[in-house]
Amino acid sequence: MGTPVQTVTPPKVHPRLDEFLFTARRFIKNPLSVIGLSLILVFGVIALLAPVLEPPKYPDSFKMPHSGWKIEPSPPSAEHPLGTTQQQYDMLYGMIWGTRSAFKIGVLVVAANLLIGILLGAVAGYFGGAIDEIIMRVTDVFYAIPFLVMAMALVVAIGRGLKAVIIVLIILEWPSYTRVLRSDILVTRNKDFILASRASGASHLRVILTHILPNAMYSVLILASLNIGATILTAAALSFLGLGSDTGVADWGQIVSMGRNWIVGAPGNRFAYWYTVFVPGFVISLFVLGWNLLGDAVRDVFDPKVRRR
Amino acid sequence: MSLLSYIIRRLFLMIFVLFGVSLLVFTVMMLMPPGMRVAAYVTSDRVTPEMMDAMIAKYGLNDPAPVQYIRWIGNLLHGQFGYSITASAPVLTGFMQFFPTTLELVLYAAPLIILVGIFLGTIGAVHKDEPLDHGTRIFAIIGYSLPTFWLGLLLMMILYGFAGLFPPGSLSNSAHEVVNAPGYHQYTHLLTIDAILNWRWDIFWDAFYRLILPTVNLVIINSALIMRLMRSSMLESLGQDYVMTARAKGADSRTLYLKHARRNAMLPVITVSGLTFAGLMSGAVITETIFDRKGIGWWTARAALQLDVAAIMFNVLFLGVIYVVINLIVDLIYAYVDPRVRLS
Repeated sequence: MGTPVQTVTPPKVHPRLDEFLFTARRFIKNPLSVIGLSLILVFGVIALLAPVLEPPKYPDSFKMPHSGWKIEPSPPSAEHPLGTTQQQYDMLYGMIWGTRSAFKIGVLVVAANLLIGILLGAVAGYFGGAIDEIIMRVTDVFYAIPFLVMAMALVVAIGRGLKAVIIVLIILEWPSYTRVLRSDILVTRNKDFILASRASGASHLRVILTHILPNAMYSVLILASLNIGATILTAAALSFLGLGSDTGVADWGQIVSMGRNWIVGAPGNRFAYWYTVFVPGFVISLFVLGWNLLGDAVRDVFDPKVRRR
Repeated sequence: MSLLSYIIRRLFLMIFVLFGVSLLVFTVMMLMPPGMRVAAYVTSDRVTPEMMDAMIAKYGLNDPAPVQYIRWIGNLLHGQFGYSITASAPVLTGFMQFFPTTLELVLYAAPLIILVGIFLGTIGAVHKDEPLDHGTRIFAIIGYSLPTFWLGLLLMMILYGFAGLFPPGSLSNSAHEVVNAPGYHQYTHLLTIDAILNWRWDIFWDAFYRLILPTVNLVIINSALIMRLMRSSMLESLGQDYVMTARAKGADSRTLYLKHARRNAMLPVITVSGLTFAGLMSGAVITETIFDRKGIGWWTARAALQLDVAAIMFNVLFLGVIYVVINLIVDLIYAYVDPRVRLS
């Protein structure tokens, strides 16, 4: 009995490129992903072009220029297209240079967490035993502490400021990355190709780097992309509470907190100072929304459980 | 594994985690110089540097860390948590004063968050890929992306600043006088509950009216997580064999969704609901600050700005303990309703 001969047509392009094109097509088909990516690209361009869009007036370019010391915010005008905050800090300048602060916080925190998470997660998952037990129990403890309140305590302990906020978020967020990578490695560890590699004499380091990590990385990358938005929200909240940057630094959370005193407008015009709260908060929301949409898209595109459906 | 041995194992684990939490809190405290930590013992604002040095020596704030840790734990077990400058009272007194305000807000917000999450999640799953589903998902992603403080300030700007409704604070001045007057019994220190027990509906309304906006703020921000979980759990549940069987036997879709599918889909939501409750206790920092509700979140924010070390560290520790205990309770409930958990 002859089974019909299956003619396998060789793919016209390299399989990796084919996978990439498949991924890209899936990505573009979802309008929300495209919106997310566009938002982040726009913010990226603004951050890159900040010195051109708003030339700094001081050697420290994150210091916002202000015209005069008048307490009341001024409404949008030709000179200040988005109005000013209290004490006449230019809102547009703050928004544009604040984009750089936001990218700095998001990228630094998430990159450091990826590094720590991959390192500890790989060690815990691959070797198991006592070292795994120790690392996992430490993550248990971190999971039990109240996040925002602990972040506040840590900022107080190491001294306020944007740098402190970044350090604190790195200290508090690594455990989730470690856990995710470890559980992925536990699945990969006992696959036949790993055993084959070990049997053929590959070192532990080589097995981890060339076989395990490339297969176990996706979940942790998805987590990272979903986490950038949340990280920026926490940083903004700390700034809003007065634990972040100093007054006058281009940092969105800090600018919202300046607007807090002006939510009740002047007697004749209740919305007199709407822009002081609305503008910076809206910009934060757009930035975070962009990352969240992008994170969702990354998950849908890469997560093998959702991917081929 | 029997339920009893599961409980014993979990209790053992809990003690370990509590020890870890105390160690972590202590480490954070030791990051501060002795001159800062001494604040927990200073009870007046007229203190000379010499007096500070004397206090640092008296309370052994320069001793080796293990010695200080043991002394610190001993003090905690004896109920000595230090003095809070922001509360102008010992920490425990301050805590008793601020905690009911937080508890009351959480008691209103948490059930609403869970109900809204379950409701929207079910709708999303039942109407998968229809406009209703897209609507709930957009609501979720917006809830994820809005800064809590911004939503709160906008709500205040429009509803309080412009329309003159929903004033901040937790009671009006006149109601405040009534509450503190002799003859009004503060049984629980929860304003709305006490008002009912005293049969003062005017006070109840006064307090309830001021709870609405902060509650709405918390619900919009926090129900997204439960909604997403409920949606995916419900979708999974709808694909199970027993739901198919019920459908084949001709169960009408209402029974099918609500009785068969949703009951099992709710299981994972139990865990997250417990954590939501615990998380809100610390998550209310921003909401309390904006709506001027003097709870422990508001207190901690103030303490952080004024370097009131005793108050901050106590609140971190307390909220950590609450979290661990609630987590344990939730896991035990879970093990009880879903035998698969203890068997594995």
